[in-house]
Amino acid sequence: MSVLACRGVCKRYGGVAVVDDVALQVAPGECFGLLGPNGAGKTTTLRLCLGLTHADAGEIELLGEPVPARARQARRRVGVVPQFDNLDPDFTVAENLLVYGRYFGLAAADIAARLPALLELAGLAGRAGSRIDALSGGMKRRLTLARALVNEPQLVFMDEPTTGLDPQARHLIWERLRRLTHEGRTLVLTTHFMEEAERLCHRLAIMDRGRVIAEGSPGGLIAAHIEPHVVEVYGDALDAWLAPARTLAARIERAGDTAYLYATDPAPILAALHGRPGLSYRHRPATLEDVFLKLTGRDLRD
Amino acid sequence: MRWVAVWRRNFLVWRKLLAASVLTNLADPLIMLFGLGYGLGGLLPSVQGMSYIAFFAAGTLCSATMFTASFEAMFSGFSRMHGQKTWDGMLYAPLVIDDVVAGEIAWAASKAWLSGSTILAVAAVAGLAGSPLALLALPAAFLVGLAFAAVGIIMTVLARNWDFFSFYMTLVMTPMTMISGVFFPAEQLPVPVLAVAQALPLYHGVQLVRPLVAGRWPQDVPLHVGVLLGYAAAGYFVALHFARKRFTA
Repeated sequence: MSVLACRGVCKRYGGVAVVDDVALQVAPGECFGLLGPNGAGKTTTLRLCLGLTHADAGEIELLGEPVPARARQARRRVGVVPQFDNLDPDFTVAENLLVYGRYFGLAAADIAARLPALLELAGLAGRAGSRIDALSGGMKRRLTLARALVNEPQLVFMDEPTTGLDPQARHLIWERLRRLTHEGRTLVLTTHFMEEAERLCHRLAIMDRGRVIAEGSPGGLIAAHIEPHVVEVYGDALDAWLAPARTLAARIERAGDTAYLYATDPAPILAALHGRPGLSYRHRPATLEDVFLKLTGRDLRD
Repeated sequence: MRWVAVWRRNFLVWRKLLAASVLTNLADPLIMLFGLGYGLGGLLPSVQGMSYIAFFAAGTLCSATMFTASFEAMFSGFSRMHGQKTWDGMLYAPLVIDDVVAGEIAWAASKAWLSGSTILAVAAVAGLAGSPLALLALPAAFLVGLAFAAVGIIMTVLARNWDFFSFYMTLVMTPMTMISGVFFPAEQLPVPVLAVAQALPLYHGVQLVRPLVAGRWPQDVPLHVGVLLGYAAAGYFVALHFARKRFTA
């Protein structure tokens, strides 16, 4: 039994396949990440799953309801944190939650009863009467998260929940999201922060040009797609050093003045670097970001 | 009835911004009414058997209702739809675009009705609407509001930017106000122009409201009510068609 299941989902805009034959399965209680460069089709995929945009082909089932036919019924038990906050600027913090709860048909008394817990979760206890324009970016983001929880959803969709936030605000959001999964809620989030995906997601799918190109746990994806060690080398003597050193690495990527050497055994590379003048290097374990860049390339996406 | 939540959201904003909202909605028509009514009215003996200011009060009631409904549906509606993305937020909840469109139309009509009824109250206090029949101008004003709210929402869901509305305002609303019997009897217009007015909703609002305010039962009530309801219903369905296209494509 999955909370969200879709297969063969396609969406075209003006002849361009924005979402192309996408299949996803999200299990209850899971934090599922949708990764991809800008324009990969992440947001469109979320909109399709919510029934906000209608697919050209494919089947989607959200909390057991067929989408879009019964998307509205499914959304009673779903929360959404959009990419850009759309809090009501004319309302206070509490009024935002009250008015939003009414969209779910909730009684004012029920919403009021949930208010303290929602404010606590948002780190906004004592700010119930604050105006929205008096809140910082991080506070707004947390209020948007609290708003998405006003209906006690089983599943929460989050489109880039921490984009544009400072590290403090980002860590607080991460802590709250982990709390939500501990409560047994299912999370589906899009992100292009690999650190975020690695820390939060049990499973993730990497999308590029509308297609899912890889799927698995963060550790599993790293193991399956990339060598475990990375040595980043840079400096004036790079080219001279690199030519004979090529055979030491399983794979080498070059981005500007830095070479990325991927290897199962980093010892020969480190030995070759030892004591070389004009070179700096950094040895680190492979991360999801390396997988992401290998699969989607280093070219800019605008 | 899910649209009620949309209506209540807008009502709560209005309640919070009450003073500014009421002032801007009423100051203009009332200044026009008393300025033109007394100023111009002083030069005129009577129009259709009533003082010019009484004649003009009924017209102002209708035109103010039209303007309030249109401004709310277009400018405030576009701000909610496009700038603030309030509609997007509603659509994440178990509301669909049909609920949002219905709630927006009902809200704009309600706010317009309030403008119309306040003008009626002012007219009554000024001794320009003494008959109990004048109370029936209240539901008539709501119909006017509904018709223009629905048409206004069509413009909103079609709009790509704010400038779009100035075409409708300048090319449709302003001429319509001139030919629909707000300032002078429409019957004195050339026949083809009158025919155009009769195809538009404002004329029918005026034809209902003016006799009621003067204490007389209007002629052709089913026709006037039918045209206003027709614009409201057709406007709703056309707006819905384009809103669905805009939001679920």
